[in-house]
Amino acid sequence: MKRRLNRRTKVVLYTCLIALVVAGAFIAGAAIPDSAVAADFTSTRQPPSWSHPFGTDALGRDLLARTLKGLSISLTVGTVASLISAVVAVLVGIAAAVGSPRVDAAVNWCIDLVMGVPHTVLIILISFALGRGLWGLLVGIAATHWTSLARLIRGEVMQLRSQQYIAVSRKLGKSSGWILTHHLLPHLVPQFIVGLILMFPHAILHEASISFLGYGLPPEQPAIGIILSESMQYLSTGMWWPAVFPGAVLVGIVLLVDRLGENLRMILDPYSAQE
Amino acid sequence: METRQKEKTPLLEVRDLSVSFRMYDGSLEQRRLEVISSLSMTVYPGEILAIAGSSGSGKSLLASAILGILPANASTGGEMYFDGQPLTAERQRKLRGGDIALVPQSVAYLDPLMRVGPQADGHRKPRPTERRRGLFRRLGLPEEAERLYPFQLSGGMARRVLVSTALITDARLVIADEPTPGMSLDQALEALTMFREMADQGRGVVLITHDIDLAVAFADRVAVFYAGTTVETLPASDFQTGPQALRHPYTKALWRALPQNGFTPIPGFQPYAGSLPPGCLFAPRCPHRTPECEMAPPPTRELRGGEVRCIHAT
Amino acid sequence: MKGAGKRLCRILLTYGARIITLLLAVSVIAFALVSLSPVDPVQQYLLGAGPVSEEQRAEIEDYWGVNDPPVERYLSWLSALLHGDFGTSLLYRRPVIDIIGERFLNSLALMLCSWLLSGVIGFALGCLMGMTRDRLADRIIKKICYLLTSIPTFWLGLLLLLVFAVWLGWFPIGFSTPIGMLNSEVSVWQRLYHLFLPALTLSLMSFANIALHTRQKLIDVMESEYVLFARARGEGSWSLLRRHGLRNILLPALTLQFASFSELFGGSVLAENVFSYPGLGSAVSEAGLNSDVPLLLGVTLFSALFVCAGNLIANLLYGVVDPQIREVKG
Repeated sequence: MKRRLNRRTKVVLYTCLIALVVAGAFIAGAAIPDSAVAADFTSTRQPPSWSHPFGTDALGRDLLARTLKGLSISLTVGTVASLISAVVAVLVGIAAAVGSPRVDAAVNWCIDLVMGVPHTVLIILISFALGRGLWGLLVGIAATHWTSLARLIRGEVMQLRSQQYIAVSRKLGKSSGWILTHHLLPHLVPQFIVGLILMFPHAILHEASISFLGYGLPPEQPAIGIILSESMQYLSTGMWWPAVFPGAVLVGIVLLVDRLGENLRMILDPYSAQE
Repeated sequence: METRQKEKTPLLEVRDLSVSFRMYDGSLEQRRLEVISSLSMTVYPGEILAIAGSSGSGKSLLASAILGILPANASTGGEMYFDGQPLTAERQRKLRGGDIALVPQSVAYLDPLMRVGPQADGHRKPRPTERRRGLFRRLGLPEEAERLYPFQLSGGMARRVLVSTALITDARLVIADEPTPGMSLDQALEALTMFREMADQGRGVVLITHDIDLAVAFADRVAVFYAGTTVETLPASDFQTGPQALRHPYTKALWRALPQNGFTPIPGFQPYAGSLPPGCLFAPRCPHRTPECEMAPPPTRELRGGEVRCIHAT
Repeated sequence: MKGAGKRLCRILLTYGARIITLLLAVSVIAFALVSLSPVDPVQQYLLGAGPVSEEQRAEIEDYWGVNDPPVERYLSWLSALLHGDFGTSLLYRRPVIDIIGERFLNSLALMLCSWLLSGVIGFALGCLMGMTRDRLADRIIKKICYLLTSIPTFWLGLLLLLVFAVWLGWFPIGFSTPIGMLNSEVSVWQRLYHLFLPALTLSLMSFANIALHTRQKLIDVMESEYVLFARARGEGSWSLLRRHGLRNILLPALTLQFASFSELFGGSVLAENVFSYPGLGSAVSEAGLNSDVPLLLGVTLFSALFVCAGNLIANLLYGVVDPQIREVKG
């Protein structure tokens, strides 16, 4: 019993550590003043050194500062987009499960529709429709990521609905709202949190990809996708650092957030967690 | 054909076998679970040994242990001999499917995507297709059965296909794992007749079952299984004689629980692996228990032509 | 056999109807989205055409029906579409359908190569992982797979470009054919040479999915009762994999691979942009950036059709090949 607690505590501590690192990256990026990423034509295209650990770009901007700022933007976009997406997923999933068969069919049809167009193409289209700004990016990512969580929630609610104790509550004259808040939500909240966090890496990756293609954030913003897109122009001259470091940091954050989601699942729902 | 003289050497001898599993509970901690403990049994050529006991007593695992196909998280202790030679992992690999054959309990043991004919032929080359066709005919399987997929077989056909997988080998030991559940009485009798025939040809047959009546009707000897071990081995005829011929209190209770003998249920539950009593495993439910019973597991002793593990049995 | 044909027809009919409604919905939504766009397509068109008078502009607006109500515009666009007229690309000043046809061939070469490569490698590695479950090989490959799913496609492409094209100089930096050469002069080898890095990028991105899926399926099969019985009959690991493993995991893997056309297309958009590969993927992002509405709509519809085709094949595979579905429902 004591060892079991230890194990659980370990996972909780590890999870907190990851959350701290991610939060740290976010705060560092947000706290860096704009002056730190201003153009400096006296030190353009510097390879990595002690004063510029990630080197500088063609305009002499420090790449570490730009990467951190970009990361902080990516995290914001990722959080907001996956939050919207997860809320949509829960609402749609519950509607499909408790609504009439027609609602269910409509929801399934919508899911098929969203799955029927490659996500990258759909995000490009939405971003184009909303004038290629931050909004287009947010809505595009949110609109494409809700489908799998919605399916999961739908299945979960359907399974819960068929349980004995819900039928008993209904027989006892409890209202649908009471059943929803007392029986359904306690089961759905962990699903929601884990689904949200597992959606997050995908959202960040899509954000970077779409920014890389030139949609989403304006080019003067230090988003990671934009830094990497710029690095393409100088790749043939042997400037490798703007291509390597920002991408590596992005992958690192994605891996950390993924780990965070798995750990949270282990804490919230130890029986379903694999490995 | 086996000779009479060979009946003296047991075909299979199991001494003090134990099987345990490494298990993980919800919070990923590891513990060991002993499912079979100090189990002993012998099978002679030409006989059917029934292993009888209620479900959850570890009977099916015994078959896996003999064949050496336990899951990776299982470990075994004790000794096993086949034909007088120690049954090592390597020997098990060589013998299974050849000298030792298993008849599994249901159609789920057939590959759902493989047609029945090639499946019954097995993986060995050259394919014994002609011989298998002959077997199918003898078992009354229609010609076109070999082209069916397992899910298309009726219960009776599936059973005959499963039996054919054992008959197609020249196995000297056949282990049938619960071959009768889900069958009608006619089908069950037919299946058991086939095992009787196998034994009469000089093979040894281990019949794992929870159906005491069928076991007694077809077996030569019965090993009574309780909570992962044998509590008594006795000639099958003792069951027909009545409770006075039986040795162990659990066997007597089983006899009384039969519908024709009053249907008296046994009070209490079979203990779960992991929470076994320290002494005699049956002690908590035994009407004759004394403090000594709860001290240490009773040794096996010979009694009136059988073997029993009870210090009070007479 | 007759039953199989009948069933095939029924599946084709139901999915055909579904695909048509789905494509119609995609066309409505795509059209609504581009109509929402604040970008003025006439302005965008005129940017490339040089100075024009107000009358000329009004004429063009009239010709395009910019001032008509959206529903009317949609219907006229749709009816043109059904007559095979996808409009003219503003960017290339050529019929959209020609551009799609041309670029789709390039994309198809790229996607087919990486689809086959990722399918074969992913399946083989999945089998290896499933057979060596929890041993060293399995753990290492599994880590690599999880790592690859966390790497953005375009960054992986950048790294490959950096290493193989810039540092080692083994491969060209872009374009599907050497610059300044006519399409007909380009040999198959040169094409493959230019195809290699983008295809490698795309397959590295997609094999992890199929590998992890195959691993899990194989583990499930190996724990099944029928494999236990096969072991009891004396089959060794190799025979188990060959006789029971492959038979039971090939179909799910193939189905998954066909159902992954959406990710494949999405990935190709990024890979084509990194390697300046002239396929549909680079066309769609250019079209969006340059407000080339007809091309954007055309490629969107085409990509939806492509994904539907993949899903249709996946469904057909299950309905026609799997004997359990085939003979129960048939």
